[in-house]
Amino acid sequence: MAKRSETDIQSDAPPTALKDPNPAAAGLSIDADDSGDLIGRTVTINVPRQALYAFWRDFRNLPLFMENIESVQVYDERRSHWIVKGPADSTVEWDSVIVEDNPGESIAWSTTDKAEVPNSGRIEFRDTSNGRGTQVTVNIVYDPPVGKLGKAMAKLFGREPNIQARQDLRRFKQLMETGEIPTSAMNPSALNEE
Amino acid sequence: MRALTWQGKHDVRVDTVPDPQIVNPRDAIIRITSTAICGSDLHLYDHTIPGMKHGDILGHEFMGEVVEVGHGNKKLKVGQRVVVPFVIACGKCFFCQKQQFAACDNSNPADKSDASEMAYGYPMAAAFGYSHLTGGYAGGQAEFARVPYSDVGPIVIPDGIDDDKVLFLSDILPTGWMAAVNCDIEPGDVVAVWGCGPVGLFAIQSALLLGAHRVIAIDHHPRRLALARALGAEVLDFEEVKVREALAEMTGGIGPDACIDAVGMESHGMTPDNMLDHVKVATFMATDRVHALRQVILATRKGGRISIPGVYGGIADKFPIGALMEKGLQIKSGQTHVQKFMPELLDLILDGKIDTTFLISHRLDLEDAAEGYKNFKEKQNEYTKVVLKPRFTRH
Repeated sequence: MAKRSETDIQSDAPPTALKDPNPAAAGLSIDADDSGDLIGRTVTINVPRQALYAFWRDFRNLPLFMENIESVQVYDERRSHWIVKGPADSTVEWDSVIVEDNPGESIAWSTTDKAEVPNSGRIEFRDTSNGRGTQVTVNIVYDPPVGKLGKAMAKLFGREPNIQARQDLRRFKQLMETGEIPTSAMNPSALNEE
Repeated sequence: MRALTWQGKHDVRVDTVPDPQIVNPRDAIIRITSTAICGSDLHLYDHTIPGMKHGDILGHEFMGEVVEVGHGNKKLKVGQRVVVPFVIACGKCFFCQKQQFAACDNSNPADKSDASEMAYGYPMAAAFGYSHLTGGYAGGQAEFARVPYSDVGPIVIPDGIDDDKVLFLSDILPTGWMAAVNCDIEPGDVVAVWGCGPVGLFAIQSALLLGAHRVIAIDHHPRRLALARALGAEVLDFEEVKVREALAEMTGGIGPDACIDAVGMESHGMTPDNMLDHVKVATFMATDRVHALRQVILATRKGGRISIPGVYGGIADKFPIGALMEKGLQIKSGQTHVQKFMPELLDLILDGKIDTTFLISHRLDLEDAAEGYKNFKEKQNEYTKVVLKPRFTRH
């Protein structure tokens, strides 16, 4: 079946719910031909959007709920350096730059040209019209590489990239709504073993 | 500490395991004074619920004394006696704010939510001492338990009230109560209850308190039927009577207005559909055994209501969808929103309107828990409810 172009789509659902997700339809791209895999997820978080935006906007917070990110060092208002867990205790690193920043509404970031693993993400915060807090949508597009880096990416995004992304987003919601990330660990040492 | 651990099908053992400690700010540690074996623990004992791991600590009905409180819990105090709901709920999400605590969006750890999301469409809330599909949290058949979100769940019990009187607030009393609430009972209603285990018996009691005109109870264990009768129900032994015909005759051909399936997925009986279900479960073709529910759907009056507190986990064969639709039945089901019902039920207990102690047939030392499981499964007539007490409470 021919891929539908953006203008053909008649459904009101977001691009990540398409049977054939298209990064461009999500307003994301990592190269000229809009290739790459799009993953995305929307959750409702019972917290005002300004607070959610502020927490996410400080990228140093991301490792608190994104389990494969080791650290994010913030260089300045736009640029940051990410260290991500790779295979066999290795790490993958890249520089990322903020390409869109609408306080309280949205943030988008993208790796710089030099990155071995090009990836790009966007988060949007919208008030719910039915008083249920904030709808948060995260979209990530990445180019799945081959070889050793492919393995690093598989680790970064999980075996199923969508699963890793939704687990990270769940942890964000848990932390924002309840002030903690739930765990079944019986004690702190069991938690560290996880 | 000592705790009852799951080792495999029909293999549970009391073992020495690490003590629980505070992990998250809203945690509390409870020193357990009483805990019970639940009918749904038998699903784990029989290994008909997936997602168990060797060494898992079982038990989701427990109470005790608060011995430590995390800095994020401003409500509980060390020394208070509490009953802990089996459902773990954050109190903050959309579902908790609607008092649908058993649908809590946050209590199940993120990495354990995928299986239930795939199976059911959305991830399930967490529970104590149960499958890793619902969080894999250590349970309360132990000397101590770590209770997450302890500023939302545990209810404080006034001094001077025996454990036996309030322990069942943790699960089976609110479960029987919600089963009756879900019947939307109207004046004059006849309510039929399949299964006179703990939940069925509490559902009978609750239906009468909520205004049912008559309750008819169905089981085959004489002692359980006698308990149902003592609570005010008329009784049917399904080995003696054709249940649907009996219910139709006893209601002048109209049928019961509301029916409660308090049996769940391992219903007994030697009918062909049940035998086929049994073969499929035994060979891991994994359809739930739903004989009781099929009978419930056929027996309920036209335009009537069905309430399902009984536990199902998978997919059913030969579900009488035609009877459901053509008769215009309404079904309500679900794990119990324990936190919602606990305060009013505690009041009913303190006012003497509900007594739950009649149910307890055996009180055992925690050390003898394995024997308790075996007998609760195999001698259902005698063993209506087993309460376990950790050894140190006797000193």
